[in-house]
Amino acid sequence: MNPARGSLLGIEHLEAAEILRLFKFARRMNPDRPRPLLKGKRVFLLFYEASTRTRSSFEIAAKSMGAHTVLIQSIGSSIEKGESLLDTGYTVRAVGADIIVIRHPNAGAPFVMAQHIDVPVINAGDGLHEHPSQALLDAYTILRNKKTFKGLQVAIVGDVFHSRVARSACHLLSKFGVKIVLCGPPELVPDIATTLAPGIRVTRHIDDALRGTDVIMLLRVQNERLSGLKIDLLEYIARYQMNPARLKMARKDAIVMHPGPIIRGLELTSEVADGAQARILEEVRNGVPTRMAILARAMGKMR
Amino acid sequence: MTMTGPKKDQGALLIKGGHLIDPAARIDAPLDLLLKDGRVAEVAPPNKIKGGANEKVEKFDARGLIVAPGFIDLHAHLREPGQAHKETIATGTAAAAAGGFTSVCTMPNTVPVVDSVEWIDWLRQPERGALVNVFAVAAATRASKGATLTDFRALQGAGAIAVTDDGKPILEDIIMREALVLSGELNFPVVQHAEDTRMTENCSMHAGARSFRLGLRGMTAAAEASIVERDVQLATHIPNARLHVAHLSTADALKSVRRGKRAKARVTFEVTPHHFTLTDEDMRDYDSNYKMNPPLRSPSDLEAILAALADGTVDAIATDHAPHAAHEKEMEFERAAFGITGLETALALAITRLHREKRIPLARIVELFTAGPARCFDLRGRGSLARGAIADVTLFDPKKKWTFDAAQSRSKSKNTPFDGWQLTGKVVATIVGGKIVYAA
Repeated sequence: MNPARGSLLGIEHLEAAEILRLFKFARRMNPDRPRPLLKGKRVFLLFYEASTRTRSSFEIAAKSMGAHTVLIQSIGSSIEKGESLLDTGYTVRAVGADIIVIRHPNAGAPFVMAQHIDVPVINAGDGLHEHPSQALLDAYTILRNKKTFKGLQVAIVGDVFHSRVARSACHLLSKFGVKIVLCGPPELVPDIATTLAPGIRVTRHIDDALRGTDVIMLLRVQNERLSGLKIDLLEYIARYQMNPARLKMARKDAIVMHPGPIIRGLELTSEVADGAQARILEEVRNGVPTRMAILARAMGKMR
Repeated sequence: MTMTGPKKDQGALLIKGGHLIDPAARIDAPLDLLLKDGRVAEVAPPNKIKGGANEKVEKFDARGLIVAPGFIDLHAHLREPGQAHKETIATGTAAAAAGGFTSVCTMPNTVPVVDSVEWIDWLRQPERGALVNVFAVAAATRASKGATLTDFRALQGAGAIAVTDDGKPILEDIIMREALVLSGELNFPVVQHAEDTRMTENCSMHAGARSFRLGLRGMTAAAEASIVERDVQLATHIPNARLHVAHLSTADALKSVRRGKRAKARVTFEVTPHHFTLTDEDMRDYDSNYKMNPPLRSPSDLEAILAALADGTVDAIATDHAPHAAHEKEMEFERAAFGITGLETALALAITRLHREKRIPLARIVELFTAGPARCFDLRGRGSLARGAIADVTLFDPKKKWTFDAAQSRSKSKNTPFDGWQLTGKVVATIVGGKIVYAA
């Protein structure tokens, strides 16, 4: 079965025009002025993995459009008793789900769900694969700060290998011709990452990545996903941590982004996290209108 | 071993009008074949065999068909004992018969692991309902834990034809060395699933651009090649050691095997139809029917395997038939079971991919299903249609186009990436010990 219309499984196969439509719609959305576009709809949030930002902003986005939300987490549900992904999907569909938002530790889990359940499925992060709503809100944030994607250079620094945010961001920015520089040690930024999309370059040197860069996206070293890989954190800090001195190497008007959660003192210092160039909380704020657009699109209400 | 050895008084079967390919005897010509009492009684030019007037001779019209020695699959998972929800010996051998296989070597990674004489005996009991010959490959170490070797001599005595910890490798150098020493003393092949599992934790496909894009952890080619290299090194230096590399999938591992063969080590290996047909780039939408171990590799690995199939280096095509129930496959890709079915599609994939597309002669393909595998595991009297050989015969139409429908499979499981594929080359009849066990 093909995924239901309105599903958002990844950025890779989303067209640039569709992305711009989402941005245009998001710009009109204000969670403080509710629009009952999803009145009476039931949005199920299936979270098989921890989340703060994504979960709460999907919830607020859905509620501010008049939908009911039901949160199902692996702990405290039948998932804990061994219910399969698909059986959970069939169950929430039977209860009356109109949209399923799913976060899952396994890459492709939303695809499996979408192939078997006849309602739109929204990927809220699947394993190492994609995190489309994050990429959309990040690109939306870039656009609001830089007005255009034209001529931009974005440096993505850190654990690209384990990052679904980085994969989605690469797909998205590449569609708009943005120059993308990935920076980190080979274990975290493999050379093969350049095959993801056109316009991607890999460098091991932070100064090389920052020179001429308009946007710096920092990533967390994901200790929980390293799977036996040993990273020397002190060396990582010495080579890649974003501090005020390094920030000066980028363009003067460069902005610093981070999908969160941030680990102060590891991938960035507090001066950078709290500095004038940081847009980390703006990203979080932009998460709500962006996800309103995603949910409206899922129900065919994005007009 | 099971059941269908030669029996007396079975009557006779005359296969007429076919084109006989018997690579072991260097025969590739229009010939008739007479089977009698479970053996090959006569091979002769068309219309030269006269069924004795007072004998009851059944005739089989083989016009337009290739008449070949019965196919031998060195590597199948028939899932018994213990996993009858995936497959049984009865259903697995029914699928084998439909795929032209008259002999199947079944892997010991069952529940419990087949690591004792008792379980070998159990596998051979008539109650298992085997439709074709089943040869047991026993575990190489107790419970396949890789720590203590099983009793090779006793297992061989009970009828096991090789040992392996398939599904897992024998990682410890010292254990593998001991196993190979015994293999030389007993002339008993050790089959290695070559994967350094220390490097493949949580991996579900080949490591490459595709796995990076899909966010799946990848098994590197090195994880296979490093084990094959070590094993070939050991086999080269242990007198008479017999190493058989299961389902070889990478160009690098192939280099090691080629070196071993040049050094006259007794190293054999098999490749699977899926590894010469598909690559990691063919997997779409996290379809777990593309998940198997070893995984589908890169296009350059596939090219290397095709070259080795064509130049005679590959010893056998084996299916690695690995049935799983739907609920073990229809799930998150990373959690789904490894393996696909393969018995019913092997010949057609070989003809479609290797013969029609790559112009590998049919005689070479037949060799890879018959004489080649028979040599790997010393299956005496099989793999050839010389007079006196066991009357296992496979008849197929090399030009017949057909569509594989997994739902119609005789296997209990339907986990295959080839569902709906249009293929060329179809098995028309399978004869085991002189008896027709499958006819299309």
